[in-house]
Amino acid sequence: MRKFKEFIIEKLILICGIASIFFVALIFLFLLKEGLAVFNIVSPFQFLFGKSWYPISDPPQLGILPLILGSLLVTLGAAIISIPIGVGCAIYIAEVAPLKIKEVLKAGIELLAAIPSVVLGFIGMVTLVPLVKNIFHLPTGLTALSGSIMLAFMAMPTIVSIAEDALYSVPKNYKEGAFALGATHWQTIYRVMLPAASSGILAAVMLGIGRVIGETMAVMMITGNAAVLPQSIFVPVRTLTATIAAEMGEAVVGGEHYFALFAIGIVLFIISFAINVTADFFLHKRQ
Amino acid sequence: MQNPTFEIKAMRASYGAKEVLKGIDINILSNSVTAIIGPSGCGKSTFIRSLNRINDLIPNFHASGDILYRGEDIYSGDVDVVDLRRRIGMVFQKPNPFPKSIYDNIAYVLRVHGFDMREMIDEIVEKSLRKAALWDEVKDNLKQNALTLSGGQQQRLCIARTLAIEPEVLLFDEPCSALDPISTAKVEELIHQLKQNYTIVIVTHNMQQAARVSDHSAFFLMGELIEFGKTQDIFTKPVDARTEAYITGRFG
Ligand SMILES: Nc1ncnc2c1ncn2[C@@H]1O[C@H](COP(=O)(O)OP(=O)(O)O)[C@@H](O)[C@H]1O
Ligand SMILES: [Mg+2]
Repeated sequence: MRKFKEFIIEKLILICGIASIFFVALIFLFLLKEGLAVFNIVSPFQFLFGKSWYPISDPPQLGILPLILGSLLVTLGAAIISIPIGVGCAIYIAEVAPLKIKEVLKAGIELLAAIPSVVLGFIGMVTLVPLVKNIFHLPTGLTALSGSIMLAFMAMPTIVSIAEDALYSVPKNYKEGAFALGATHWQTIYRVMLPAASSGILAAVMLGIGRVIGETMAVMMITGNAAVLPQSIFVPVRTLTATIAAEMGEAVVGGEHYFALFAIGIVLFIISFAINVTADFFLHKRQ
Repeated sequence: MQNPTFEIKAMRASYGAKEVLKGIDINILSNSVTAIIGPSGCGKSTFIRSLNRINDLIPNFHASGDILYRGEDIYSGDVDVVDLRRRIGMVFQKPNPFPKSIYDNIAYVLRVHGFDMREMIDEIVEKSLRKAALWDEVKDNLKQNALTLSGGQQQRLCIARTLAIEPEVLLFDEPCSALDPISTAKVEELIHQLKQNYTIVIVTHNMQQAARVSDHSAFFLMGELIEFGKTQDIFTKPVDARTEAYITGRFG
């Protein structure tokens, strides 16, 4: 009887495991099936490198280069802002901050991570957007720059907490060794701690950026959503994610537009997957 | 007789509310090897780690009393701790080379101290590895990661790294307790040679080791210095009954 129970439980767990893989596969297949259909209308090259995105004109123009560049620009900007601040903050928390401040900061970072992105987007819309507009004297504050700043806030908690963890796990005796050799605190951090934690910090950065690339709500609210090739960071751009979210509702199921949006989904999926694999690689290298 | 390197009077040390050194008076003589012996937990590490203020890294650590290094109170406010640690080198119980190449382990230390000429660094790397009796074993693989070396080699690399910046004193905290007998013999031989140029303090709970390498021995017990004298005397005619009990292996 007991054996039978064990047997049932084991099988149930197995089914759960298989089910999760099965669903992922199903989602991916669905994405492929709906997305690849777009290549009956445009070639993959035209799709990826076409400069115009007019999905409802006749005939539709389905080039997603403006969207890819929009995503890249916003993401790159967010990375440039969030990586130095995030890593700096991690160093401060792990190495410099007195215990009390450390706890306050950690709690603050967790809180930041807990704010829903739509709320952040809303706050950005009423504070950041006018600020950017006024500082740079722009016709509109809904720009790639605003999106980058906003997204930097979203990447920061991930970067800080994982990088801090990586620094914290550097063996204490490396630090002792460096100090005992007459290195200053900063020399120890810069030459011993950071290199020793480098793979963990890289993983932190990749995961932070992964979050940024997939982010939709906030970007849609503050980047202006113009599907044109961005010439600078001071113009409105549209990202891959915002395009899907904004247009899925109006696309006719089974139409060209509909297939194109799914194909965008495939592109996003591939980008996120690549980022996660890279992050994973660095995390495992660390062990 | 020359001035002592360290003059220590009424030294107390504690972690938070827990006092672990309860008034130590000892003079550490120049160009000799002083062994600190005693059962584990008696405060040997705390003592030696106070001498280069590396214990400052432990948040609730506190030391008081007079700890004079060449006549200067090292716990007084205006001491340059970073420079002090350069002058008083330390080798730890567990070898702790950095996860870098053998060469970079030493070059790093030199760069920290402002050397930037390539040839000079190369030269000091070789010289230090020779002094640490490691050169012949690693000279063809200087770019190899230090963590791939054996424990004994790692420990000698740590010694080389310390020697590279020409300290005046060498502190060893149980440098051989993680090593095999052959590596231990090599490190002991090395300490024997280094004695001519350095003042050495070595913590060990291996009595034979203390007898082999040291000129003076200090026996610690529960945070107190029980007996201090010539190693020969401590091992052959200890004054205190507790010292005798310890060295004859009756406790510890
Ligand atoms: N970081 C620390 N925090 C609190 N207590 C400590 C710490 N390090 C050592 N101690 C305590 O101080 C006493 C002496 O330790 P230690 O100096 O390491 O002894 P030994 O090296 O002779 O074994 C022990 O009771 C130990 O538990
Ligand atoms: Mg100890």
